[in-house]
Amino acid sequence: MPKVQVKMTINKREVEAMVEPRMLLIHFLREQMGLTGTHIGCDTSHCGACTVDLNEMSVKSCTLFAVQANGARITTIEGMAAPDGALHPLQEGFRQMHGLQCGYCTPGMIMRAHRLLQENPNPTEAEIRIGISGNLCRCTGYQNIVKSIQYAAAKINGMPYQEAAE
Amino acid sequence: MIPGSFEYHRPVSLQDAIALLVQLGDDASPLAGGHSLIPVMKTRLATPEHLVDLAGISGLKGIRRQQDHIVIGAMTTQSDMIASPVLAETLPIIRETSLLIADPQIRYVGTLGGNVANGDPGNDMPALMMCLDAEYRLAGKNGERSIRAREFYLGAYDTARRNDEILTEVRIPIPPEGHGYAYEKLKRKVGDYAVAAAAVMLTASNGTCRTASIGLTNVADTPLFAEEAARALVGTRLEPAAIANAAKAAEGITNPASDGRGPSEYRRKMAGVMVRRAVERAKARAGM
Repeated sequence: MPKVQVKMTINKREVEAMVEPRMLLIHFLREQMGLTGTHIGCDTSHCGACTVDLNEMSVKSCTLFAVQANGARITTIEGMAAPDGALHPLQEGFRQMHGLQCGYCTPGMIMRAHRLLQENPNPTEAEIRIGISGNLCRCTGYQNIVKSIQYAAAKINGMPYQEAAE
Repeated sequence: MIPGSFEYHRPVSLQDAIALLVQLGDDASPLAGGHSLIPVMKTRLATPEHLVDLAGISGLKGIRRQQDHIVIGAMTTQSDMIASPVLAETLPIIRETSLLIADPQIRYVGTLGGNVANGDPGNDMPALMMCLDAEYRLAGKNGERSIRAREFYLGAYDTARRNDEILTEVRIPIPPEGHGYAYEKLKRKVGDYAVAAAAVMLTASNGTCRTASIGLTNVADTPLFAEEAARALVGTRLEPAAIANAAKAAEGITNPASDGRGPSEYRRKMAGVMVRRAVERAKARAGM
């Protein structure tokens, strides 16, 4: 099948490439763009490890063709830290609050949490849990992931992080 | 998993999209959000040679009020419907149902048109649309036609839509203010299809149920419109005995498969439980 041209903006960088129509966005990002921070987990749109931000939406890049993202603005985990390497508050939160163990789900968790905090800067614990319900973690039991996101929300809002009483 | 090869088309008008479907025939498939189609392409259960992406067609997206109807464009996503103030005011059951579909990421992409048109009995919107007496608008080479949701579903993945037709919008009559409503869905986890689910709409005055409508999800080859169950409620005060009659009538028309969601007998019973819970919540919302 002939390849088709796609253009998109990935992590604020404009890219152009030729892709087979059947190429999934996750394969395009990892193999053609070399952005291997986004992970393939279940490959069936259940686990959320492949979550990226696309036109202000969190999407599962294993269930989109790269051609569908033609013209889109995409942010991956590689686009979260500042150009000088300073961590994004979510990255800092996951580090400070031990929001990861094996780390496989973390890029997807952070990208989903990023959009959640854009839409709801001060979520309750329940809103966080519902907000990340499309992301699976098999290590942490989610407790520290929720705390990591609360930490990031507090930091972004310029508030001190206070751990809720158990 | 890598899908089979296909050619990708992104028409910018409805006419062009229909012309492509007519020209390419059974080798082509329309693509909406893709969250049902792409997974079956990855397992090669579907191998269309052409995909006609509807995302480039303006005018297929949006929610508007047209006199006593709400009209929702086929490419409107579940998250659009969740965020819509006009739906929250006129048809809050659509928001309640949308929030039970899949997960947040999928709701940004999944569309109403895709959910109602692909004919999967596990999808939640078809039974709701039957309950609401919605009408689907289909555009094809010979012009447009409308068909009621209640007449659209013929079998599993088999609908009244012809291969060269595109479902363009859904028209829903606005229910009276103060109506009762609920969508109850039993599922094993976030993102799962229903073990059984029920949509209930009703109106009441002076403590008596005046109208009722019930749809059932994923308990047969098609979504079900449970007419007899609804009739068991009308004219009653929705006392426990009346609700039990409705639940029994609903169970009677189900024919669920035995699968990972449970044996057939269990899922039939759960259809009745979902009807009971939905009627109880709808009753409270109708001020009874």
